[in-house]
Amino acid sequence: MPLTVTRTPVEVERKEPGFGGRPPMDRRPTGGGGDGENWENRPPGRRGPRELLGRYRLGLFFALAGDMMFFVAIISAFFVRQTTGHIDARNQYILDWHPLSIPPILWLNTAVILLSSVTMEMARRQMFRENDVLEEWLGLGRPTMRRAVPWLVITSVLGSVFLGGQWIAWKQLQTEGIFFASNPASHFFYLITGAHGLHLLIGIFAMVGAFWALYAAKRLEIRQIAVDCSAWYWHTMGLFWIFLFGMLVYFQ
Amino acid sequence: MKDEAAFAPAAARRSGWSPFSRDHRDVAISYLLLSLVAVAVGTLLSVVMRLHLAWPDVKLPFWGVIKPEDYLALVTMHGTMMIFFVLTTAPQNGFGNLVLPAQVGAREMAFPAINLASFWTTFAAFTVLISAFFVRGGAPISGWTSYPPFSAIASTGPGQGLGMDLWLASIALFCIGSSMAAVNMLTTVVRRRCAGMTMGRMPLTVWAWFVSALSTLLAFSVLFAALVMLFCDRHCGTSFFVPASEIVNGQLLARRGDGSPLLWLHLFWFFGHPEVYIAILPGMGLASMLVMNFTRRRLPSYRGMIATTILIGLLGFMVWGHHMFVSGMNPYASTAFALTTMAIALPSSATVLAWLGTLARGGLRRNGGDIPAAMLFTLGFISFFVSGGLTGPVLAQPNLDAYLHNTFFVVAHFHLIMGMAAVFGLFAATHYWFPFFNGRLMNERLGRWHFWLTLVSAYLAFFPMHFAGMAGEPRHFSQLTGSLGTFAHLIPLHRWISAWAFVLAAAQMLFLTNVFHSLKQGSPAGSNPWAATTLEWLPPALGEIPAVHCSPDEYGVRHAGRDFKGQWEPPPEQE
Repeated sequence: MPLTVTRTPVEVERKEPGFGGRPPMDRRPTGGGGDGENWENRPPGRRGPRELLGRYRLGLFFALAGDMMFFVAIISAFFVRQTTGHIDARNQYILDWHPLSIPPILWLNTAVILLSSVTMEMARRQMFRENDVLEEWLGLGRPTMRRAVPWLVITSVLGSVFLGGQWIAWKQLQTEGIFFASNPASHFFYLITGAHGLHLLIGIFAMVGAFWALYAAKRLEIRQIAVDCSAWYWHTMGLFWIFLFGMLVYFQ
Repeated sequence: MKDEAAFAPAAARRSGWSPFSRDHRDVAISYLLLSLVAVAVGTLLSVVMRLHLAWPDVKLPFWGVIKPEDYLALVTMHGTMMIFFVLTTAPQNGFGNLVLPAQVGAREMAFPAINLASFWTTFAAFTVLISAFFVRGGAPISGWTSYPPFSAIASTGPGQGLGMDLWLASIALFCIGSSMAAVNMLTTVVRRRCAGMTMGRMPLTVWAWFVSALSTLLAFSVLFAALVMLFCDRHCGTSFFVPASEIVNGQLLARRGDGSPLLWLHLFWFFGHPEVYIAILPGMGLASMLVMNFTRRRLPSYRGMIATTILIGLLGFMVWGHHMFVSGMNPYASTAFALTTMAIALPSSATVLAWLGTLARGGLRRNGGDIPAAMLFTLGFISFFVSGGLTGPVLAQPNLDAYLHNTFFVVAHFHLIMGMAAVFGLFAATHYWFPFFNGRLMNERLGRWHFWLTLVSAYLAFFPMHFAGMAGEPRHFSQLTGSLGTFAHLIPLHRWISAWAFVLAAAQMLFLTNVFHSLKQGSPAGSNPWAATTLEWLPPALGEIPAVHCSPDEYGVRHAGRDFKGQWEPPPEQE
């Protein structure tokens, strides 16, 4: 049975023992004694749809952890560079960091990406509605797809609007004469926004892949995984943007 | 459901291999063959280097005299090839893919398609790297560490143009391939263990692969960031790493903004230090398991060994500054890094003491026979780990490193511990797991000859490098004779080293012969030739894998007429 959002309750219904009765014995295997990781009381070694989804989510989590280190490296260089000067030929300490005032369109872009996360989450949740999943599993059409595709389309559009807005921001800077190599602050501005934009483009490709899977994949689990992992990737990129944007605005 | 099909332990023991198959065994063999080619190329480069150092005026056929820039190209490519394509690939992706699924009771890795993609990405990286030899200008000459501004400016030397770009592309591809493989390995360990295989019951090899994969994931991303910034410096006119007022070949460079080479050092060594632990941890995990297997005794504390593995991985991220003591960084930072570096000696020493203690209690020659080659190589691993590792705390002192930095002392240190210990780990792994993947044993006599020849020639080749280093000879110097003549007195030492290096290189033919001969003509092994407890030696008659009820250190116990209890065995009957 493929995945739905309802969960089996772990606590078993208990009868009131009444006055003088013995308390009910808890016969579930507890942690320790070799089964300490079975938090949800599932048979160990089970390989079902929930485990499949969990595996893909975990793989994505690890990949995003690595990706986060990529951004951490750039951000730490960003901070160190702001405070690193040099001694010039006249024995004077020179700090040549000129904070870049960010184009205001970036605020709009931030709103757009946050909205796109909301729509993406709507899309993701449409894939797990219990009645729709049951119908698909029984072979009665693909209601999840019918519900999810519009939200995915909206998210792709919003994502493209964000990327367009970033491009406009770059163009605005360039009309002011600030290019990639212009000064240390511009190095980091273009690098950070460019790297994030590239990651968002990958996210849009992932959504295109999810579209393709929705039409082409035969198993419902695979369709759910495609949309779910694209969604989590998208949310992470939104979260990264909030941090990166905050750094660029308030920490130069 | 397909996912819950019976585990087929004997599936690994077949012949045949396809580089396009997603099966973890095939991907593993693809990685191992790639590493074999890489180690052959790297050894050839080192042979040419040693030839030139000892006999600087010798003319190579088809090339002529080796100029200093040629020597630097050899050094760069030797280091890059060996560290990335041999030491990061073979222990982790090669043997990990081969054995890890079986050792955790999984039928397959978590993401077989990504596994195959990661191999082909690494293969592409290798091809791009090799192509740097054949382009105009040749291979890059800035060392495997490619410090800017040398590596950031194309006009600084031959090979720093297109050759350096190809190097960057190759290592970038390698970062991506390694990260994919690491994600795969991590997800497999966390999610694909069989019933009863808790984290505490996983073999130490699996723990080592797990910690290595985690380190790979975190460290290679930082290298990738550094490579991106270096690329921008080279092609977009930025100055992340290039200082202002930089003069190259008498010309002032026009760069806006003052970059810092020290930034590259920090980023690179933040990656570079975990990298060497990635290279050695699988060997350490294997040494622990093989010491138990062949002495038929438990290690003093199984959970302690798990703890040291995790601690080495964690501390490995906190010591990178010990490569930078003389870089001009804040001396107080040097103190901090010296302390963390000495701290990392603690879990490593604990592990070594555990090994030595277990070995000292005897059991290796229990049956009166010879020590198997797999165990000989483990003993060699421990020997090189100690002799190479002991010079680590020496180099960890900033005041000593001020003299020894970039001398041959450092070369001796890392060749003993990475070049020899990690490689002996690979030899041990090959001998130990050959029957696992092939159903045949490797030839013991050839293995013994190979072991002794390699051990002796390696010590004779690398140990004297300590003396060259203490005499002050710098690394990357291509010619000791010449106008200065400061180090000309070391030429006899270098001739000794080169001679034994040639013997060392030649001795590896024994290993290759052994492997390829035993593939078809090795004596057949049973399903558990080493009487081991880990799951990859599951008896094929068992069919579907049962739940696991014990950890793999059940040696020296009396059980069913044997002295060990396999992890596949059912629990003792409850009262």
